[in-house]
Amino acid sequence: MCRLFALTSKDPVSPMLAIKALDVMKEGHDGSGMGLLLQDLGGPFEEMKEAPILSGIFSEEGIRRLDLFMMDKGFLTKYKISLKIPKKPVEGIPRRGLYLIRAYELPEDWDNLDQEEIGNRLSDIRFKIREMGEEKKDMIVFSFWPDTIMIKEIGDPLLLGDYLGLDRKELNARIIMAQGRQNTNYAINLYACHPFFIKGYCTMTNGENTAFIPIRDFLTSRQIPAYSGYQSDSEVFAHILHYSMEELGMGIDAYKHVITPLQEEDLKQHPDAQFLSHLKRTCRPLIIDGPNCVIGTLPDHSLFMAQDRKKLRPGVVGGKPGIYGFSSEICGLDAVIPDRDQSQDIQPMHLDTVIVSPDRLEVKICRQTETLNLPL
Amino acid sequence: MSSNRNLEPSSLSLNDLPWQIKYNNNRCTLCGQCTAVCPVKAIELKVFQKRTIKASIKKDAVPSNQYDSFYAIQQRTDVENACIGCAMCTMACPNDAIAPVKNPGLDRMKFHINQQGVPRRRGGRRNASGSILDRIKFTRISMLTDPALDAGRHEFEMRTLLGRVLSPRENMKRLREKGWIPPVRQIYPLIIGGMSFGALSPNMWEGLQMGVAYLNEEMGMPVRMCTGEGGCPPRLLRSRFLKYVILQVASGYFGWDEIIHAIPHMKEDPCAIEIKYGQGAKPGDGGLLMWHKVNKLIAAIRGVPQGVSLPSPPTHQTQYSIEESVAKMILSMSMAWGFRVPVYPKISASSTSLAVLNNLTRNDYASGLAIDGEDGGTGAAYSVSMDHMGHPIASCIRDNYLNLTKIGKQNEIPIFAGGGIGKNGNIAANAASLIMLGASGVQIGKYLMQAAAGCVGTEEDRCNVCNLGICPKGITSQDPRLYRRLDPENVAQRIVDLFVSFDTELKKIVAPLGRSTSLPIGMSDALGIDDHAIAKRLNINYVV
Repeated sequence: MCRLFALTSKDPVSPMLAIKALDVMKEGHDGSGMGLLLQDLGGPFEEMKEAPILSGIFSEEGIRRLDLFMMDKGFLTKYKISLKIPKKPVEGIPRRGLYLIRAYELPEDWDNLDQEEIGNRLSDIRFKIREMGEEKKDMIVFSFWPDTIMIKEIGDPLLLGDYLGLDRKELNARIIMAQGRQNTNYAINLYACHPFFIKGYCTMTNGENTAFIPIRDFLTSRQIPAYSGYQSDSEVFAHILHYSMEELGMGIDAYKHVITPLQEEDLKQHPDAQFLSHLKRTCRPLIIDGPNCVIGTLPDHSLFMAQDRKKLRPGVVGGKPGIYGFSSEICGLDAVIPDRDQSQDIQPMHLDTVIVSPDRLEVKICRQTETLNLPL
Repeated sequence: MSSNRNLEPSSLSLNDLPWQIKYNNNRCTLCGQCTAVCPVKAIELKVFQKRTIKASIKKDAVPSNQYDSFYAIQQRTDVENACIGCAMCTMACPNDAIAPVKNPGLDRMKFHINQQGVPRRRGGRRNASGSILDRIKFTRISMLTDPALDAGRHEFEMRTLLGRVLSPRENMKRLREKGWIPPVRQIYPLIIGGMSFGALSPNMWEGLQMGVAYLNEEMGMPVRMCTGEGGCPPRLLRSRFLKYVILQVASGYFGWDEIIHAIPHMKEDPCAIEIKYGQGAKPGDGGLLMWHKVNKLIAAIRGVPQGVSLPSPPTHQTQYSIEESVAKMILSMSMAWGFRVPVYPKISASSTSLAVLNNLTRNDYASGLAIDGEDGGTGAAYSVSMDHMGHPIASCIRDNYLNLTKIGKQNEIPIFAGGGIGKNGNIAANAASLIMLGASGVQIGKYLMQAAAGCVGTEEDRCNVCNLGICPKGITSQDPRLYRRLDPENVAQRIVDLFVSFDTELKKIVAPLGRSTSLPIGMSDALGIDDHAIAKRLNINYVV
């Protein structure tokens, strides 16, 4: 099973901190890969919050094709970080081209567009680049979104951190999500690597989603172009999150009601029973059948964790005002925030969604039996 | 016959019959039970003569004859009295002296079972024992990241929805605007399909109703039962148990005068209304209740004269086209119950099923679609329809489900599969296969008669005389001398046994797949079959 670590911090921190947590949880993953998400960025990106950042891996030919494509669309490079890799190969890490993190100026003719339209266009461009890259095997793109960086690669997380030089000072963020991969069901494909990102929403999951096929079929038939991919059964968690919040207009308190609705007896007791029974019925194909622990971020930089009733090894959330960690195991939390009050650590139960909002002052627990903020 | 007599074309010998009686004269006590119980009078007590020649080896001795007579059972060979293999004689015999045996050769009866120009009519199923459903395996067993669940201890929510489910966005909009939201019932995914009061005996029907009521009220299992086209007893219409009943209307509209008049007196809404357009056993043909079974009670419930055959037309004659018919009837039925009751059509599986489904997707009042495959049973039909007409259920369900996923309505119109589920006794495996192929639930009929009432009919053409009112178990007879053999209490008990054991078996299938929180509708990645062509056709895994 994969190991996950996410942190949210008032001050930007290096991604190496999260990688350190993955390393101590190593007995739970096999070092077959790592996925990283950095959001609410510090450093040079602090000054360019609106600029979409493209993250991916490109061959030389890929870079040339990317540049032509982006210039054609009217994008200008605003800032970039190229991760230089050592000349000497490292065992277990494949040799690839350039790991690119590049912020762009939006095209001038986008000036009058609203945020939704900009979001749709950025998402379309990401898929177009992905499509072009899959055709010639020269481009892999993980995200193209403001204030967001993603890196994914095969190999041991700690070795990868050194290999890619992720301790450089330009790279720091207030939200970091990291996944140490346990390669099980699927051939190693970087697009199958968590975290998964869609229009400001990002999730990573450990466990296995046994209801994957019906969920995938439901999402792909929503007529939303970004609902595609699905090299991993966990990608649907990000898309369900996006669907429930953007398409259905619900809050994060309702996410768990979509993926793990209350059982009938509990549902009848709920103050919003009528609404929830409609939600359970209409979103029936989105019910996951875990065991899964989901950690995710929202566009407002809240960080959350939820898990289903079958998750026998629940994740844990702990920290102190200013910094909170979300971890698959307590030892990961100990490695990163050793000076927290451990008695305040929370292992969310099957009805809980644990949320740390962007003020990073406290851990909020939202129970499924509580009244909801209804989008009615 | 004598060796010099003319033969009738349809003169048959024992060897020509599909079933042959093996009889042991030494064990027979001549009690007469077997001849009394035989539903087709295939056997009779006869006096036989036996000649013994006495010849001595002595030179001058004159040979003599000794004539004895003895009583024994003889099998008749005329077509109308041919043994049907029901084995009631075996059941009745106290000495195990008699049993029918299937003719291992090719029986010649088939060529003669159309006397007076009337083709064979019968009950039962298509006479073919194989089933694709039996070959489907569940191959995606959780072994690693997600441990398999404990079927005995874990909590399962194995329920399905009957009714039109709106898309999440549309439903949210209607909640916001307080608009009409179609009625949806949460029910058990194994449904008792339409078998009419008339096709079934009163005792069988009563047993079914009692079993269903017990399952709902004592076991907490929301099992639903469809009436078939034969109306509904007036007291049931006015009782609280109506909520467990799906009322069927078909092209003969039998019993609907009574139902419509009862609407103001109903304490509960029925679970749903099923509009029957077709039946898997005899696609394109209407219902049939032969005159033998139309007694006073049946005639009263159906609103027809006694003693006449009741063939329903193949289509609903009051409408011009199926599209119009579906749209208008669904709307009329919805309106009759104030839009509080789901209304859905039932059709026979066909290569044209998709057209019906596509029509329904555009009709908000359509609550689902029941599709009945070629292996469905019937109380009465022409044998040619049963054996040669129709479409297999598996590929039809799959095509329809995949069509819904293409247009994004897979959760909106539930498809219910019927026809041959549990045909060889593997009911839970067959049902789970169909659910994973895309069905929201399954309907059973014949299996239920076999399991809950001891129906002896098989796809080897055993018995299958449901149409004649002579059912030896009293399941499909209207003759009190026959149906008193069936105790409704015992039928009810068996219904409960069947559903409870089905539930355990269903859990034994879904638990190893890691599924427990919702019915695995469309979970086709769990399915595999050892035939490449079938795997490709059904879009499931090919495993060898």
